Amino acid sequence: MGQKKALLIDITLCVGCNACQAACKVENKLPEGEEKALSLSAFTALSEHDGLFVRHMCQHCDIPTCVSACPVGALEKRADGPVLYDGDKCIGCRYCMQACPFHIPRYEWKSTRPGIKKCILCAPRLAKGLPTACAEACPTGATKFGDRNDLLIEATNRITADPGKYVAKIYGKTDVGGTSVLYLSPVPFEKLGFDTRLGQEPMPLLSMNALSKVPNVVGVGSVMLAGIWWITNRREDVAREEGSRKQDSNHENRG
Amino acid sequence: MKTFKFPRITFWGVVATTLILLGVGAAIARFTLGLGATTNLSDEFPWGLWIGFDFLGIGLAAAGFTIVAAVHLFHARQYEPIVRPAILTAFIGYLLVVLVLVIDLGRPDHFWHPLVMWNPHSVMFEITWCVILYTTVLSAEFAPIVLEKFNLHAPIKWIHSVSLPLMILGVLLSTLHQSSFGSLYLIVPNRLHPLWYTPLLPILFFISCIASGVSMVILETLVLSRKGRTLLPAALRANLAKITAVALAVYLVVRFQDMFSRHALGELKHLTYHSAAFYFEIIVGFVIPFILLLSHRIRNSRRGLYVTTLMVLAGFAANRMNTAITGLESYPTHTYFPSLLEVLIMTGIAAIGFTAFTLIARYLPIFPDMPQPEPDEHPFSSLSPAVEGE
Ligand code: SF4
Ligand code: SF4
Ligand code: SF4
Repeated sequence: MGQKKALLIDITLCVGCNACQAACKVENKLPEGEEKALSLSAFTALSEHDGLFVRHMCQHCDIPTCVSACPVGALEKRADGPVLYDGDKCIGCRYCMQACPFHIPRYEWKSTRPGIKKCILCAPRLAKGLPTACAEACPTGATKFGDRNDLLIEATNRITADPGKYVAKIYGKTDVGGTSVLYLSPVPFEKLGFDTRLGQEPMPLLSMNALSKVPNVVGVGSVMLAGIWWITNRREDVAREEGSRKQDSNHENRG
Repeated sequence: MKTFKFPRITFWGVVATTLILLGVGAAIARFTLGLGATTNLSDEFPWGLWIGFDFLGIGLAAAGFTIVAAVHLFHARQYEPIVRPAILTAFIGYLLVVLVLVIDLGRPDHFWHPLVMWNPHSVMFEITWCVILYTTVLSAEFAPIVLEKFNLHAPIKWIHSVSLPLMILGVLLSTLHQSSFGSLYLIVPNRLHPLWYTPLLPILFFISCIASGVSMVILETLVLSRKGRTLLPAALRANLAKITAVALAVYLVVRFQDMFSRHALGELKHLTYHSAAFYFEIIVGFVIPFILLLSHRIRNSRRGLYVTTLMVLAGFAANRMNTAITGLESYPTHTYFPSLLEVLIMTGIAAIGFTAFTLIARYLPIFPDMPQPEPDEHPFSSLSPAVEGE
């Protein structure tokens, strides 16, 4: 615990052997077989872009959108990095799936008691002081496990040591407020299907700005509504008074 | 009460019964087979038609809080006769939405979790609480109507004594709830099409629900005033039409001003899947009804109001469906179309709503001050003035 763990994925080193996916399946007891996309049985998958391979997996965001979206707190960010899911709490609203900027959670659509599935950053192994299964299995060091701070220093060093080999960006360092999965790439990230327009702000701030107005709406709103009620009520009383006075005088006039 | 008459078999009765039965069948299938087998929802489209339907139900239920606020908080007493129909609409609307939400949840058996497991950072959490609290407030606002029918005056007195805070709470909760449906999408700036995504979503949702809520009230008074009875004088109805026009105008100004400042107007230059959906929504639902409602003649004609309010409601429906579905599609690779079962569950629930409204309006004092068409069926009508005079 303590230090925040992370993965550094160096796209220049990945040879597309798929050992990460195979190891992940063994570790998490998922059905065997190579898969090209994330699924209930593949927490990580490779996509190919002109001979370059990109690993997809949960980014274990520092301030995760999914965690902020979940109404019952079924998702939780651990201090040592992993974002974990508790199916006993989940109500199945699927807001986490809608909200995740990386489109990660997968749903057990076929089940009548469904939950979500995604990479858990091998939390049980981390607790034992072990690296993730995928990092351990990687033959080229394209996926490297370590403390997030150390990996950031290492990534910067790799870029400065060979500026021709990399674009000068560590994807995940500050994107959506920082993630626990960091990428280095030889070509601009958007060419590899990365969303580079997500910004540096954590996405949860977007809805928190709106939610933070709720106490104001309640406070100011109730005072205002009560005030309007009081004023119009008073006006009505006055009108009623005057009305009856007028009626009285009418009566008198007639009489 | 003593002689319960079986409802006559009518065309609409048969249609409603069929739809309800189909809906119940579809719901049974959904619960036994799971969401995957019965819906077109997927990891790409985790939300679909039902969420759109929730938006509609809640939007139409806006009738409740706007009229309650107008009559009881702003003392626009002239509108008193439509308070009860409006509360009934809102109450039924909210109950139906709760029903759809439970069907939509992957784990309906866990629906109570938000009550004890809190995440105040979640818009979904706020929405759940607004639904629960406002439904409670609505049942308290609705209870006197039932109690009155059974001649129970003591509890009515009690409810009346807390009615002011109750109504203020109701107005606040619906304000929050209407806008928080918009807030749901604040978190997907990367996915929702720029024609719909804006930080102003909660405000826009709120303004448009006023237009749709008031339109719904106008429509109801038109429909219910048919058989020789008038629920609301034509002049007051015309005033409601004016309020709708103002809400539409405010909406258009805010929406276009916002699109201009976000440089989203460029999306409208070419006719695409998304811009076509946008044009339909804005022109049919907002621009044309606004122009029509400027005319004194239309505001005072039954047929004119029928047409314009239906247009406002259609535009409102299009806006919510576009935000919930179209705006998240990327045509032609990545689209969603509801399955037959999703549609059947939705139409079944809508039919339950209409049937409930008709039955409740027939057996409970929803329209206390009107000349009663069948006096022997309404033994309670003589009681109503005593309760109304608070
Ligand atoms: S990538 Fe998605 S699922 Fe993973 S932590 Fe971030 S928001 Fe959550
Ligand atoms: S689907 Fe479950 S985990 Fe995801 S947001 Fe809803 S309750 Fe939370
Ligand atoms: S961290 Fe563990 S769970 Fe995640 S992809 Fe790697 S092996 Fe699979």
